[in-house]
Amino acid sequence: MISAQQIHKKFGKLEVLKDFNLEFDAGKSYALMGPNGSGKTTLIKIILGMVIPNTGEVFVQGESIKGNFAYRSNIGYMPQIGRYPDNIRIGQLFSMMQDMRPGIKEYDLDLIEAFGLDKIMDKPMHTLSGGTRQKVSAALAFMFRAEILILDEPTAGLDPMAVETLKNKIKKERDTGKLILITSHILSELDELTDHAIYINEGEVFFNDTINSLKDITGEEKFSTAIARLMEWSLKKKKKITDLSHV
Amino acid sequence: MKAIFTLILTVLMAFPSGAETIRLRAGQSIKEAVNNASDGDTLLLSSGLYQENEIIIRKPLTILGESFPIIDGRDKGNIFLVAGENIHFKGIKIINTGKSNMDDSAGIKFFDSKNCSVDNVQLENTFFGLHFSNSSNMTITNNHLVSTAEKEYQTGNGIHLWKCKDSHIEKNYVKGHRDGIYLEFVTNTVSQGNFIEENNRYGLHFMFSHDNSYIKNTFKKNGAGVAVMYTKNVLMKENIFEENEGPSSYGILLKDISDSEVVGNIFRKNTIGIYMEGSSRTIFKNNSFNNNGWALKLMASCDQNTFEANNFFANTFDISTNGSLVLNKLQENYWDKYEGYDLDKDKIGDIPYRPISLFSVIVEKIPSAVILWRSFMVTLLDRMEKVIPSITPENMIDNSPKMKPYDFGTTNP
Amino acid sequence: MFKLLKYSLYDIVKSRFAILYTIFMILVAVSIYQVSEDMSKVSLSLLNIMLMIVPLIAAVFATTHFFNNLEFTELMLAQPVKRRDVFLSQVLAVVIMLSAAIVIGFGIPMILWGADSTVLTLLGIGIALSVVFAGLAFLASVLTRDKAKAIGISLSFWIYFSLIYDGFVLYLIYSFADYPLEKTTLGLVFFNPVDLGRIIMLMQLDISALMGYTGAFFQNFFGSAKGILLSSAMMLLWMLWPLGVAMRVFRKKDF
Repeated sequence: MISAQQIHKKFGKLEVLKDFNLEFDAGKSYALMGPNGSGKTTLIKIILGMVIPNTGEVFVQGESIKGNFAYRSNIGYMPQIGRYPDNIRIGQLFSMMQDMRPGIKEYDLDLIEAFGLDKIMDKPMHTLSGGTRQKVSAALAFMFRAEILILDEPTAGLDPMAVETLKNKIKKERDTGKLILITSHILSELDELTDHAIYINEGEVFFNDTINSLKDITGEEKFSTAIARLMEWSLKKKKKITDLSHV
Repeated sequence: MKAIFTLILTVLMAFPSGAETIRLRAGQSIKEAVNNASDGDTLLLSSGLYQENEIIIRKPLTILGESFPIIDGRDKGNIFLVAGENIHFKGIKIINTGKSNMDDSAGIKFFDSKNCSVDNVQLENTFFGLHFSNSSNMTITNNHLVSTAEKEYQTGNGIHLWKCKDSHIEKNYVKGHRDGIYLEFVTNTVSQGNFIEENNRYGLHFMFSHDNSYIKNTFKKNGAGVAVMYTKNVLMKENIFEENEGPSSYGILLKDISDSEVVGNIFRKNTIGIYMEGSSRTIFKNNSFNNNGWALKLMASCDQNTFEANNFFANTFDISTNGSLVLNKLQENYWDKYEGYDLDKDKIGDIPYRPISLFSVIVEKIPSAVILWRSFMVTLLDRMEKVIPSITPENMIDNSPKMKPYDFGTTNP
Repeated sequence: MFKLLKYSLYDIVKSRFAILYTIFMILVAVSIYQVSEDMSKVSLSLLNIMLMIVPLIAAVFATTHFFNNLEFTELMLAQPVKRRDVFLSQVLAVVIMLSAAIVIGFGIPMILWGADSTVLTLLGIGIALSVVFAGLAFLASVLTRDKAKAIGISLSFWIYFSLIYDGFVLYLIYSFADYPLEKTTLGLVFFNPVDLGRIIMLMQLDISALMGYTGAFFQNFFGSAKGILLSSAMMLLWMLWPLGVAMRVFRKKDF
């Protein structure tokens, strides 16, 4: 459903993604992991068209995203920190987003009700707490029943009750056969929500397989320890390379 | 008194012969009629076309037109040539003298004449319009002179007087000539209520013409405004000089004028309101200078002139000069750029006004710098100069600037 | 596009700054009208506001707005809308707000006390310069990732065009005073939008002086419709090119 082919991205001299290839298929849910600065967010932004790769191409549902914008109506995106115009009200924000997708008439309002946002529709955005904004972002991501959901640290800043609500929603959508892509630092959450693990290190895909096979390969029972092992390996590999260059 | 006496005398002299009115039909020879007429007769021209030129009149006659008969010179030169006394023109239309510089072709040309008048005559497409030389007691009123020449050399002056005296030039309209009114060696003459516009060179031009007055005339959009030279004892009162714009255009150019008065005039939208050189002992009072590029350009060769109680409004530059020595007096003028205060409430500003800005000095030296006028940097420079004067002449100063403008009660502000 | 603009505009109009700026403009205009009755003096005082204050505010506001709105821009970019539209809606919102503040701020006093064509021209110049400096500010903003740096660049544009450039021109004129420099100076003026606005005003306020003895060149230029047309066209170019370049950069920019 999403196919990144030979993506190469530099920010100045810093190479963020090197000859990067990845496939995301419909009906699967992916945990996107990697240390800080490994290129996760850049990858997401490239898929969304916010960052433009130096070379390579991304295909979403078989179409190249180069110069294309309509494909984004098939993506529900929840950013890490949702910042909105200060003076706009929640209700206006929702109707604005709906305005931008004139083709979609049926809205998924589950989260709005579950988070109680419908009761504060006329509150301006700048009066909201960080958590409430996050709820707004989540509600927006799911509102349009998009085929693809990209969630960047979805539970950060939410209260435990809201976290549960959101997780349940994600599971529900996953079970309807949508493509879900999550980045998170909370590993238990990823274990619970996703079936695929992608580990990115220094702009390259270090691991890409199901969580079950990850556990098999690392020989660990728990997801978190499996990931820890993975990180260890990736560090060794790096060390190996530096050792070699010394010799 | 002398004039009236002469008038009575001539009337008496004319009476015995029994003045007649001779009526001419269109196309009949005016020349012949003039030759056949007796002294004091009136030739009444019926309306229509008379194609003639070189009509010479040497005896007292009145040429009177009936609804403006047209006398067409067919570009062959002078139309009327007059030398005599008590010769009057009224109500006729004179056209097409041709454009000859050789004999200065004119609509009506007077030589050595006395007590003549030209009233309500229309002149079109004449080289010179009305041309007078060596004459006196001329009355030139209500005439309408229009020339359509495009170039200065294609036309002569509208009303041209040379070596004349004791005359009246009143309520004439002159347009499109070289100079509107031209006076040389003319004395004791009054020009009043004339409207002079769009002439190629000067609206009014006089030289060596002493003891004349110019009252309530309007000089508008003339090529170079008004130029007056080498003359003393001139009165210029309540005239309007406006819209004389161009590289060498002035409201008035005063060159070697002395002991004169310039009072109650309005100078509006001229590139330079008054340009003065070599002039002295002249009083400028109650004039309004509005929206001129430079209200005054006072060359260092001028001395003992007084500028008193004038209004200066919205001029780009109030005064500029070319030297540092200033021997003229400025007092009690109203300057709209004055930013002082009046603590003692005597309606006179407590600090003096310096009408010359630093930038106007710069522009005087480098004209193209005018393009920077009103830029922030120039404003800064001018402010600095106001605080610490260094380049601008120290004596060019009005020590008693008025706080409020004068109301001269003129029709135009 | 219009949907985006609608919301950007709504947000900007609701901001405290828009109201403050409009009130500031009203106060300035009212005090100028109060001090002098003479219309040409009013235009002169307004001219300084339009040439100095308006570009400054436009530059600073546009830069600040761009960076304050960056997250929202990112949100928009993740939506199914064209990048061009996202950029244009922001630019237009800023431009409309700045222009509206000028028109309302000066319009109300003008209705109360009357206006002439020079004052109207002045409003036009104020709006044009707002667009030019908002454009330069957007250009500075898309070229840097840092708000402080962008504001610095925008302010440099402002200082350069309103002061340094003229100093340079004056120096040039002074140094080459012996040469006929009319064409050169006029040409130089065309490369500075503030000077251009000033010249368009000079053509109305100081036409008599401009027709002075600087030769036939200025006279031909300023005396004709050609002059007005040419300077207006140049002003339009100044309004368009910074925004055009900024948009090109924006379309390729990484967020």
